Amino acid sequence: MSILDQVNLNDNAPVTARTARPVLNQRSMARFALYVLAVTLTLWIILPLYFITASAFSTRDALYDWPKSLFPNPISFDTMDFFLNSRGVYSSALNSLIVGLITLALSLLIGAPAGYALARFIFPGRDSYKLLILTTRAFPIVILSIPLSVTFLNFGLYDTLIGVALVHTALALPQTILVTSSIFVAVPNELEEAALTLGCHRMSAFTKIVLPMALPGLAAAAIFAFVLSWNEVFAATILTSQNRTLPAQVLGSLSNSSLPLRYAGGFVLIVPSLLFILIIRKYLLNMWGRVVK
Amino acid sequence: MAQIRLENIIKLFGKVAAVNNVSLTINDGEFMVLLGPSGCGKTTLLRCLAGLEIPDGGNIFISDQNVTEFSPRRRNIAMVFQNYAIFPHLTVYDNIGFGLKMKKFSKADIEKNVKRAATLLEVDKYLERHPAQLSGGQRQRVAVARAIAMNPAVLLMDEPLSNLDALLRMQMRAELKRLLQEIGATTVYVTHDQVEALSMGDRISVMKSGQIAQVDDPMKVYTDPANTFVGGFIGSPPMNFLVGEVVQSEGGLAVEIEGQRLPAPANLARMAGQKVTVGLRAENIEAGEVKDGPGLPTQVMVVEPLGSHLLLTTRIGGQSLKVVTPVDYPVSPDQPLWLRPDLNKLRWLDAQSGTLLNLN
Amino acid sequence: MSLKQEPEQALKTPGQAGEVALPDFKRRRRRFNYTPFLLLLPATLFLAIFFLYPMLQSFIIAFQDSQGGFTFDNIDTMVKDTNFGDALKYTLLFIVIIVPLQVVLALIMALVINTGLKWAGFFLYIWTIPLAISDLAAGIVWYSIFTNHGYINQILIQLGLTQTPIDFLSFENPTLVFVAVVIAELWRATAIVMVILVAGLQVIPRAYTEAAEVFGASPWQRLWHVTLPMLKPSLQVALILRTILAFQTFALVFALAGRIMPVLAGEAYKWYNDVRNVGVAATYALLILLLSLANTFIYLRFLNTKAEELA
Repeated sequence: MSILDQVNLNDNAPVTARTARPVLNQRSMARFALYVLAVTLTLWIILPLYFITASAFSTRDALYDWPKSLFPNPISFDTMDFFLNSRGVYSSALNSLIVGLITLALSLLIGAPAGYALARFIFPGRDSYKLLILTTRAFPIVILSIPLSVTFLNFGLYDTLIGVALVHTALALPQTILVTSSIFVAVPNELEEAALTLGCHRMSAFTKIVLPMALPGLAAAAIFAFVLSWNEVFAATILTSQNRTLPAQVLGSLSNSSLPLRYAGGFVLIVPSLLFILIIRKYLLNMWGRVVK
Repeated sequence: MAQIRLENIIKLFGKVAAVNNVSLTINDGEFMVLLGPSGCGKTTLLRCLAGLEIPDGGNIFISDQNVTEFSPRRRNIAMVFQNYAIFPHLTVYDNIGFGLKMKKFSKADIEKNVKRAATLLEVDKYLERHPAQLSGGQRQRVAVARAIAMNPAVLLMDEPLSNLDALLRMQMRAELKRLLQEIGATTVYVTHDQVEALSMGDRISVMKSGQIAQVDDPMKVYTDPANTFVGGFIGSPPMNFLVGEVVQSEGGLAVEIEGQRLPAPANLARMAGQKVTVGLRAENIEAGEVKDGPGLPTQVMVVEPLGSHLLLTTRIGGQSLKVVTPVDYPVSPDQPLWLRPDLNKLRWLDAQSGTLLNLN
Repeated sequence: MSLKQEPEQALKTPGQAGEVALPDFKRRRRRFNYTPFLLLLPATLFLAIFFLYPMLQSFIIAFQDSQGGFTFDNIDTMVKDTNFGDALKYTLLFIVIIVPLQVVLALIMALVINTGLKWAGFFLYIWTIPLAISDLAAGIVWYSIFTNHGYINQILIQLGLTQTPIDFLSFENPTLVFVAVVIAELWRATAIVMVILVAGLQVIPRAYTEAAEVFGASPWQRLWHVTLPMLKPSLQVALILRTILAFQTFALVFALAGRIMPVLAGEAYKWYNDVRNVGVAATYALLILLLSLANTFIYLRFLNTKAEELA
């Protein structure tokens, strides 16, 4: 598959001592190079995260120290404390949480039935519908919140959390539909039919058999929708003036924030997403990777 | 308990008729096997019976009630699925008791029935386990127990043994047969395995292209196939078919196969001068070195030792003929062989349509 | 559950070879099954409202003057703005540079994972972390690295490579700013490409590469002649997806470079938020929409991708 692939081949193959030496050397070199590469890539991902964490837990003075230490010394919670207590942060974090939860609920409530329909029924227009959902990918829905803001103003949705959540739901919905569809497909139809022959209605077959089996996957899809909402900043900024979400709040005050405030803001934005990724890591490949049939 | 009557069942998928005008009556307590190659419509017919598909034409009666459009749960049936369809998130106990719970049986009744079914199938030791902790054979038993616990009037089985390995399948085959005799439910059993069909069924419906080719008891289907399809599908090796012509000779009526004559029954007279297909089973042919009595001169092509016997593929003219001999029979490829068929066991079929000729 | 409905009538299919013709029969009339359509209805309505409506709205706002008449004023204002040329230039340049870089880096990562090395799961988990990080947060992260008081300068000074901090993020060094933005985006958004490619690699049966090996193909030949061609659908999906998203790049640039490096989405934000001119902002939105659609169209055309392969 690649030069690296060679490493794993024929490790146990019997080789005569005379030929074995150079081959093994080459192999172990390649293996070593592979691990060096993997570790380097890991550092490339991890180091920036370490830097922002270190910055968030340095004293305010230490950030401007010159030369400064690569490790926070002393470790200080002042910056975080100051950020968390500054005006608008607490309420915007709460707003983000609410918007995220509404997005989660809406996208699952609207998306999962559609996903189920695509997974279980054969009906005219099914393939075109799937295609339609796929093509929404080409729409910069977030940017389109600019024209949408005018309409929101007319409907009293401007500067409301539900308004932001609606756009975030639209952003998450195509993915939710496709992901839940693949989750439902993974529950064998035979199980549902068995339930029908054992006395279930279609509805009770769904609630008693399909739902319990699909639950972990649905939870992952829900978390995905939440993270999407938690991270989204453009629409959240465009559609609000007072009721900012946390990213909108951080973005809005970016130009007049001190360095420590920025870093603390960045750190706080990252932490929840990291936790969610940790929870749904099992579904990562399935969810983002399910792109090719 | 329950008689099943299928009247002119038609099921279309798009323009293709998966089941084409099938009528069949299955008697109360009977074990009926639907046998056929894949795609012959046997599973579709079973699913119509279960209510998982609604036929496009025809009617289904269970105990004289027209259930054609009933949902599965209103039919008093139970089904064993090919892949078992055991619910992975429920314990064995809850799986077996699922149907009873849906039918709102009391806790005590559920327990009694679950225990009984589990004991019958010897899975009573695993009641608290989840399916993931069971072997394939055990899951299969749970699937059967779950169906039996329902005390169904009709038991439907869709290739229930096809996912087991050969040894387990043979063991389960005998066990299922005994069990179903004990329960006495009307059973419809779908399989593509002719050995299962022959060994288990009270009667066999052989299906082909959405239609029933023959319904008979197993021995009858084996010895008197209704047509070349049934004869070729059932039996290992399949029935031999040789094409010949009916001729009048000095010794009476005969059939001439590749220039060689075999005596033919007198009631074949109306076919004189016409081509017929002669069907003969490999085990009804005696092999010999020398030409004695009516027979066919053949040449051995392939010798396959099969443990209990030898299977020979021989050739006569442009046609081939399979023969079974004892293992110690001295034979080698390319050697000539004189084959004497048991003349009473020859079957006469129409050369064109392949259907059995009516000789009465 | 086929829902194909035909009027009640006598059906007859022509007797095909080997098939037996159907007898005349009255086809059972069945209730049309509305269930799947009912299930799809909410999602369809929602998507229609939030995708079609703002699109129409952006046209209207962009081409409407205050009296409700037709106008090109907004486009005029947009095009004549000093930042427009730079924004368009930077956005396109950014896409042209970042997308190939990301695909190559992601391919390397995916191939490393696919060797099945020890701790592959651990590496994969770490490498997917940026998936969860917002563009704004990523911008801030890299700001802490590139700023005058940041870690890069710290390291450079400690290594003795420079005496005074280098001004990475200043008006005077637009190239450096651009490089910083590319690095930050490479860090943040390569993960999604990698995940797509890892998933793509997983569905390629090992038998193909093994067969190639048996027939004497070198590792590079196997990569070039077997793996990559089979990975083509995944690569195309990654390309299209990344390009579309790159048109919307905003918060990362904003957090890292402020106003130094204008991009289209940033200009849209500026005209809406700072200038408070919705007309021009909507015109920018319309431009981004049209560029995204054109991009998808061109990719599908030139790469000969089936739309079904996108998800």
